[in-house]
Amino acid sequence: MSEPRKLLKGETGDWEVVIGLEVHAQVASKSKLFSGASAEYGAGPNENVSLVDAAMPGMLPVINKFCVEQAVKTGLGLNAKINCWSRFDRKNYFYPDLPQGYQISQYKDPIVGEGEVEVEVDGEEIRVGVERLHLEQDAGKSIHDLSPKESYVDLNRSGVALMEIVSRPDMRSADEAAAYFSKLRTILRYLGTCDGNMEEGSMRADVNVSVRRPGEPLGTRTETKNINSIRYVKQAVEYEARRQIEVLERGGKIDQETRLFNVATGETRTMRSKEDAHDYRYFPDPDLLPLELDPDWVESIKAGLPELPDAKKHRFMRDYGLSLYDAAVLSQDRAKADYFETVAGGRDGKLAANWVTTELFGALNKSGKEIAESPISAAQLGKLIDLIADDTISGRIAKDVFAIMFETGGDPERIVEERGLKQVTDTGAIEAAIDAIIAANPDQVAQVKEKPKTFGWFVGQVMKSTGGKANPQAVNEILKKKLGVE
Amino acid sequence: MTDITDLTLAELRDALKAKKVSSLEATDAYLANIEKATDLNAFVTVTADKAREMAKASDAKLQKGDGGAIEGVPLGIKDLFCTEGVQTTAGSHILEGFVPTYESTVSANLWRDGAVMLGKLNMDEFAMGSSNETSYFGPVINPWRVKGGNAKLTPGGSSGGSSASVAAHLCAAATATDTGGSIRQPASLTATVGVKPTYGRCSRWGIVAFASSLDQAGPIARDVRDSAIMLRSMAGHDPKDSTSVDRPTPDYEAALGQSVKGLRIGVPKEYRLDGMPAEIEKLWADGIKWMKDAGCEIVDISLPLTKYALPVYYIVAPAEASSNLARYDGVRYGHRAKEFTDVQSMYANSRAEGFGKEVQRRIMIGTYVLSAGYYDAYYLRAQKVRKRIFDEFSDAFGKCDLILTPSAPSAAFALGEKSNDPVQMYLNDVFTVTANLAGLPGASVPAGLDAKGLPLGLQLIAKPFDEETMFKGMFALEQAANFKARPENWWA
Repeated sequence: MSEPRKLLKGETGDWEVVIGLEVHAQVASKSKLFSGASAEYGAGPNENVSLVDAAMPGMLPVINKFCVEQAVKTGLGLNAKINCWSRFDRKNYFYPDLPQGYQISQYKDPIVGEGEVEVEVDGEEIRVGVERLHLEQDAGKSIHDLSPKESYVDLNRSGVALMEIVSRPDMRSADEAAAYFSKLRTILRYLGTCDGNMEEGSMRADVNVSVRRPGEPLGTRTETKNINSIRYVKQAVEYEARRQIEVLERGGKIDQETRLFNVATGETRTMRSKEDAHDYRYFPDPDLLPLELDPDWVESIKAGLPELPDAKKHRFMRDYGLSLYDAAVLSQDRAKADYFETVAGGRDGKLAANWVTTELFGALNKSGKEIAESPISAAQLGKLIDLIADDTISGRIAKDVFAIMFETGGDPERIVEERGLKQVTDTGAIEAAIDAIIAANPDQVAQVKEKPKTFGWFVGQVMKSTGGKANPQAVNEILKKKLGVE
Repeated sequence: MTDITDLTLAELRDALKAKKVSSLEATDAYLANIEKATDLNAFVTVTADKAREMAKASDAKLQKGDGGAIEGVPLGIKDLFCTEGVQTTAGSHILEGFVPTYESTVSANLWRDGAVMLGKLNMDEFAMGSSNETSYFGPVINPWRVKGGNAKLTPGGSSGGSSASVAAHLCAAATATDTGGSIRQPASLTATVGVKPTYGRCSRWGIVAFASSLDQAGPIARDVRDSAIMLRSMAGHDPKDSTSVDRPTPDYEAALGQSVKGLRIGVPKEYRLDGMPAEIEKLWADGIKWMKDAGCEIVDISLPLTKYALPVYYIVAPAEASSNLARYDGVRYGHRAKEFTDVQSMYANSRAEGFGKEVQRRIMIGTYVLSAGYYDAYYLRAQKVRKRIFDEFSDAFGKCDLILTPSAPSAAFALGEKSNDPVQMYLNDVFTVTANLAGLPGASVPAGLDAKGLPLGLQLIAKPFDEETMFKGMFALEQAANFKARPENWWA
């Protein structure tokens, strides 16, 4: 980690960018962290608000055990230490969408300690340390554009459970930061502890960026708040790194400050400086007892964990002989991985990976479909590969069959049957076709011995005359014999 | 029959069950007393219609021989308990007009057992005070007066409405809360019995929070038996309060009259304060003698950290209060200033107008002790001392079963006497605050009158969740003290 990996060129030399992320992930849970109110997205304003969420006098928080379980699960998924003794603190500040006047969070004693995430960037693996994960309440939403004179408050989100996952400053490029954010999303979705739905605000990142000359101590960092897409994380880091390098190269200095990212321009701007920072007056919440976990309970959660993306990735490489790239792509999403494994079962893993990542993902991408909406089932794609393997169709024809399957659905065997796409393996028929072509093209035949490259032209002609159905291997062999080439 | 309102809660309960009186009769009698006692200013809200309705419902049950443990008994409820459909102010302008849509667990438990609500009792604002003078609705006046005098005295605080209304027979008993002494000190100043149970015994759900780690509900009643009956109905585990303890609630009344022979009574030398009135010193000695005569063993104990209790309390309680009271911001309910230019000034103006001086003082102290750079020196240190105070009590309870002390360092004092000197006012809690810091049960029992004819109480402190032993001791003390005096009715 200490070796500078990726450097940015400035006017006056190289710079290293140092990035850390604080990711807020909404816990996938029906109800809120300390109240029974629904945590579902999309309800009408203030429909999902309990007396506790509205901070009515005398109301008390009661921890939602399921949210705790989700946090533990996530901690285990991040290979992190689970703290069987943790505590909730109050973070005090005034804001209209913070009804209690404090946010219940975990300050000194988080539920999850140090962990580590493997991240793939440009076909390489890097490791990003996780400093901690803690549980906290979300705030409500202030709406300022409904009235020229008043602000409105929607408390539906007030009290919704969030996990704040704090990384170590282990990332060195915008790509790494984006890949880490994306990997985190993959892990959370695998675990089912966060739906990863960024448009709905289920995952947001605060991006800490600083720059330094290689080998020098860490520079002053800025924190860009509330970024809700992988692409924007990348843009924000790129912009912020460039901005900081320019400031420093002009002889200026970086202010430790909080910044906002402008989605329209891809730029960041000052939100508040360090001097304006709140004094949050953290102290342990006296309404809640320390959170003590039974180690056996933690063990039972561990035993019930699904196979995680990294384990899956390594298994795909080992068992199916996939490249890191293919293995990473296929393990990114549980549905994709499951699809691939069904296709690859009992078949050539590499071939299966090729069909899934290139043909299928390509087609899905083009049509804007998710894997779950794929018109071709894994079993059907497997059958298609079988048809290639047993020489029923050629690889080329298979692509046409695939396109038909994707367009109209259906069983590949039937499509091949109905459309008469079966490969011609009858050597008599192929010979006849070749003879006809040789007879019709004496000049080409004369040339082929001096220019072996023109052999391909003959193959093409044969395929054309057989409607692509001729077995390519048979065509090759017979042609070679008849043309007398090696 | 004599005046129904002169019956103790236990007597009234029995008379109701025996159908000798109806709940409506009792309720009307109390409402009449309340109406005549407006000079005491004990009630913020009287719920006469609701009371009669509840009484009628109770009578229907009693007629059929049904009903709960205290079916038909009319009670006063401290205005810190949220009551569904009935204004709940916490003695503050900022909550004036606030009508909860929910019922506190403790009051709901009382209604479950058949009690009737007469109204909401006045109190120091947000339970911050020892004289009831911080109430936005004006001070409560103690029914007790100096012999031959007519100066207005404090009924103590913060549960001054509770203590005064019980002493003046405006209700059969009352709920109260105790954060640093707010049940026991007013009980001591009005010759009533006040019980603060172990932290966690009563649910805090629906009680307007002052200092969450110290607040505990309990009864103020006319005698020990009444307080035992009240506590049994009020207490119980509540899943809605994470600090409420899941233990069965004993039948405290059953503990009364059990022998105290062999009980070890601890007498802490540190509770002997410089400048403490000799009468209180003497009363304490009487108490020790009474317990000894009843067969108890008297044990000298030492609680050397006692002198740090008040300073620790005045860091921890304001710290928690400063955060607990942040929700009163004028955004969702309660008072909102008419004049403001932006959200910051809306907060500032609403809170400046809505909170009284003492509440503002404590919010500022609390904010200060939690601030960056001061947290370690004040809050964290106070918590460490608090832990040691707890340990010190645990050690002491290795040597004794109950601790006997005076309840308050003085008898009732005149309104205005201490209200300009917060430190003098805070000293009222010097004997009671330790039990809050350590989460222990404590109770005040009327024990005698001083030379001016004002009542004084003695305090018993017990081990955590050992209220039964405490009630045993309280009953023995009550028997020995044989306190019969009543305030002269000057207000009706």
